[in-house]
Amino acid sequence: MNESIPPKEERMAALSGLGTSRKRVEDARFTQGKGNYVDDMKMPGMLFGDFVRSPYAHARIKSINTEAALSLPGVHAVLTAADLEPLGLHWMPTLAGDKQMVLADGKVLFQGQEVAYVVADDRYVADDGIQAVMVEYEELPVLVDPFKAELNDAPVLREDIADQSEGAHGPRRHPNHIFTWESGDRAATESVLSEAEVMAEEMVYYHRTHPCPLETCGCVASMDKVNGKLTVWGTFQAPHAVRTVASLISGIAEHNIRIVSPDIGGGFGNKVGVYPGYICAIVASIVTGVPVKWVEDRMDNLMATAFARDYWMQGKISATKEGKITGLWCHTTADHGAFDACADPTKFPAGFMNICTGSYDIPTAYLAVDGIYTNKAPGGVAYRCSFRVTEAAYFIERMIEVLAIKLGMDAADLRAKNFIRKDQFPYQSALGWEYDSGDYHTSWNKALAAVDYQGLRAEQAERLAAFGRGETRKLIGIGLSHFTEIVGAGPVKNCDILGLGMFDSCEIRIHPTGSAIARLGTISQGQGHATTFAQILASEIGIPAEDITLEEGDTDTAPYGLGTYGSRSTPVAGAATAMAGRKIRAKAQMIAAYLLEVHDNDVEWDVDRFSVKGAPERFKTMKEIAFASYNQAIPGVEPGLEAVSYYDPPNMTYPFGAYVCVMEIDVDTGTTEIRQFYALDDCGTRINPMIIEGQVHGGLTEALAIALGQEIAYDDQGNVTTGTLMDFFMPTAWETPNYQTDFTETPSPHHPIGAKGVGESPNVGGVPAFSNAVHDAFKSFGLTQSHMPHDHWRIWKIANSLGLHD
Amino acid sequence: MIASAFEYHKPDTVDGVISLLSKWGDDARVVAGGHSLIPVMKQRMTDISHLIDLGGISELKGVSIDGDTITIGAMTTQHELATDEALAEAAPLIREASLQIADPQVRYMGTIGGNVANGDPANDMPGLMQTLDATYHLTGPAGKREVKARDFYEAAYFTAREDEEILTAISFAKPSGGFAYEKQKRKIGDYATAAAGVMITIVGGTCTAASVALTNLSDTPVYCGAAVDALVGSSLDDTTIKVAVAAAVDASDPVADTRGPVDFKKYVAGVIVKKAITSALARA
Ligand SMILES: Cc1cc2nc3c(=O)[nH]c(=O)nc-3n(C[C@H](O)[C@H](O)[C@H](O)COP(=O)(O)OP(=O)(O)OC[C@H]3O[C@@H](n4cnc5c(N)ncnc54)[C@H](O)[C@@H]3O)c2cc1C
Repeated sequence: MNESIPPKEERMAALSGLGTSRKRVEDARFTQGKGNYVDDMKMPGMLFGDFVRSPYAHARIKSINTEAALSLPGVHAVLTAADLEPLGLHWMPTLAGDKQMVLADGKVLFQGQEVAYVVADDRYVADDGIQAVMVEYEELPVLVDPFKAELNDAPVLREDIADQSEGAHGPRRHPNHIFTWESGDRAATESVLSEAEVMAEEMVYYHRTHPCPLETCGCVASMDKVNGKLTVWGTFQAPHAVRTVASLISGIAEHNIRIVSPDIGGGFGNKVGVYPGYICAIVASIVTGVPVKWVEDRMDNLMATAFARDYWMQGKISATKEGKITGLWCHTTADHGAFDACADPTKFPAGFMNICTGSYDIPTAYLAVDGIYTNKAPGGVAYRCSFRVTEAAYFIERMIEVLAIKLGMDAADLRAKNFIRKDQFPYQSALGWEYDSGDYHTSWNKALAAVDYQGLRAEQAERLAAFGRGETRKLIGIGLSHFTEIVGAGPVKNCDILGLGMFDSCEIRIHPTGSAIARLGTISQGQGHATTFAQILASEIGIPAEDITLEEGDTDTAPYGLGTYGSRSTPVAGAATAMAGRKIRAKAQMIAAYLLEVHDNDVEWDVDRFSVKGAPERFKTMKEIAFASYNQAIPGVEPGLEAVSYYDPPNMTYPFGAYVCVMEIDVDTGTTEIRQFYALDDCGTRINPMIIEGQVHGGLTEALAIALGQEIAYDDQGNVTTGTLMDFFMPTAWETPNYQTDFTETPSPHHPIGAKGVGESPNVGGVPAFSNAVHDAFKSFGLTQSHMPHDHWRIWKIANSLGLHD
Repeated sequence: MIASAFEYHKPDTVDGVISLLSKWGDDARVVAGGHSLIPVMKQRMTDISHLIDLGGISELKGVSIDGDTITIGAMTTQHELATDEALAEAAPLIREASLQIADPQVRYMGTIGGNVANGDPANDMPGLMQTLDATYHLTGPAGKREVKARDFYEAAYFTAREDEEILTAISFAKPSGGFAYEKQKRKIGDYATAAAGVMITIVGGTCTAASVALTNLSDTPVYCGAAVDALVGSSLDDTTIKVAVAAAVDASDPVADTRGPVDFKKYVAGVIVKKAITSALARA
């Protein structure tokens, strides 16, 4: 052998490709405070715009007087709906086929709604201007309870569409009703349920919460009147979609709009939607001729930009006496707030809620979702999950527990008895999905063994006995969860947003000296794309990851894509990256063959080079090939080494996992302590184990927050009672338990590298694990269901209502 | 979330502060660590045109232990309270309570003077000062005067301090016996759902002196005289403790908020007072 060729393993290691725990390249700037976020931007002459917001949840606007505000030095303009109306911009379309007021048009529909937009020298003067705007309101009756929305005396919220009996998703039966969406076979399910040997029924509520990213939403809009080009830098999870939507609603030609997402400090779905702040900054820049910035403060963010969840899920589940599930029925009342501004693929007004059969082989199922208007903020975004998948996972993982109680069966056994078996994949679910792959029994058994499940149950029984004897006031809860996600939206044939197919893209340019730049249609908000996508490419094209620059977020340079949310970046853009890499490799093969003076088919790929079959000492490295592509005239081959791929996934991917939470609960104070949390994730091929672990830690911590206290709550007058971080629970290191992570690896059969996505799994699977632990602790005292969030007083209330206090 | 415009003053003497306060009256406010005042100003819940920073007055800072009397300058930060070794030796209860306030960032800025003068029933130090039977030292245009902590609080944000007065120091007798400050909160950085400070002295198996006070369980801090009466003179048996706990709960008058409804708070108050008594007893 030629001694000058390093061994394969050494050359693979030098690439830092797939499977390497490569350090995040982004962190050098983030950990030094050198990131470049939208609020870091300063431009000459830049003004700041901010909102007068409604103090009321429902009121008519009698008048708006802007005189005093306009007379303040440093205030340049105050926009109201009346100013936007001639431009047709006082309302805007939502991603869900509804429309939303940009500025209050005659009335306000939720506390914190945007009423007027003050443009001033800086945010300080803007705030003075806000105080000086006089708005006269006439309060109207407030609707906060979605179950009262269709009563006779319910106030009509959306007068603009009150008489429309058809909405974007079919018939509306009441002015406060948005849509009914159905999936599955109702008649068959109802007949299965009525004949069932065992049936359990429960209302499962997944409360309203908020993604609350560290960085709030914001933008800088700059209209260049000389060249007619509008540039908007902003916190956009989908910059290309924003460009197209901005063009459609403003009438500015799409090539004259440039959208840039700089560094983004977390999104979690909060930055998918289009907000009045963007529209107003754009209009203000057009009006004033200078750049205008808008950045929310924390209270604005919690009160006004997209919330998540708020699903009331009435469930019925049936089984044989032996515990084989026969049917699942679910009716969901979805509280959408004042406008339907959910960010779901167009044909899915309740997202992928119909993944609610979970990890189980349930032959017959039916789901109906009714969307309802209330006097609350709009949103309903996918907070670190694929569209409504956390709601679905929570629902089924609660219903399994409820059924186990009814059957008198251990909930772990009940799950194992009903898992879709490995040999059933690809599996057609009763609600219409084709699960691509899975191996649930293996993950489940591994998880139960890792935590010594039987040992935990024995300890729990001992503790209960001690509690009964009055020796302790603490109970142990064992929370189980086996979740299946559906991510990577999605196949263009059934997934689009505002008519834009949900493919994604990657464009690669190899430089003459053998390094490269890759651009994607997605945008990292902290996920580490610049690290992991370079790893995918490194393995595909044999160039070290550290020699590959990764760029996203500038619509003038990046190829078109639908952005980052719903765990779609790896399944879709990651696939495009691999496919573009393969195009590069195909061309490189021709070049190598030419240089080696053999036929194309006589060379073979070997980590970072092509070598002649049977003569490995004759080779051309990718670096040599790259240079040749720029300096050799190769017959029949164009110069250069570039490729672009637009990837339309053939199916979604279905990551899954098995989580176990062991919780100590003090029945007197309602306080909880997570003693152990085991998280096994199967996300298919693992690109970067360290990043996976980081994603799992982050997602579990959000899940902990949601399950144990994080909530957007309203009083009966529609006032937000959790509008600051004092009351809205954001865990710190102090509240965050230790996590034990683990994995199995079941590659996706249809994804080019078998990867499935992981960023959202821990939030999807974590919430049921935490919540089930609370329920489990009180199970033997007769508790079947109690709504989240399980904060101290609600846990105390469980204990109290079960008679555990003297 | 931006305060309206104000003038900023930073005098270097107490007299300088008093003359500014006398001049501007209700339009002026002193600022210490700013961690109660600034948030309120940012929400424009209060309109202040003159902010007088106490940070330049060195005589307002520091801890002195003179025989049996401990004096703490108003501008001493909560971080300093938690880390002062001599103070921890003389009155370990102060450290125990200080470390339960908010989080390190708040404690670096927040002062004991601001904490007790603010009149916010959620603050921990006022309850602690009830426990310690502290004395507040005030200075105003008419000179100096002293007010007992137990007489200082009238209602939420209403205290015995006049607008033109400032609090310069607090003092209290060096505590003896067992002590505890117990607090239940939802998370780090949170005010109390319920908190209690307890001191107990035992001589020959009999409780000779005690103190019990509550935080955030009424619109003022609560000194629980009836609970103290139950404890003093007893052998601190289970029945007595039960009676004392019940008396403390009786003295509480919490309101419902995002931490929970009244019945929950009262129940937890009982649990916390009992914990504090038990822990003080173990240290007595
Ligand atoms: C996130 C957060 C969490 C918190 N959690 C807790 C907690 O758990 N427990 C707790 O006790 N506190 C908590 N606090 C409050 C904190 O301890 C404050 O620092 C303290 O209440 C006020 O002290 P200050 O020095 O910051 O006063 P400032 O905010 O400067 O002043 C408060 C008020 O007192 C007045 N004042 C200040 N000094 C004097 C003086 N010498 N004489 C007369 N008047 C004066 C001011 O005019 C003002 O009205 C929290 C604060 C924050 C921001």
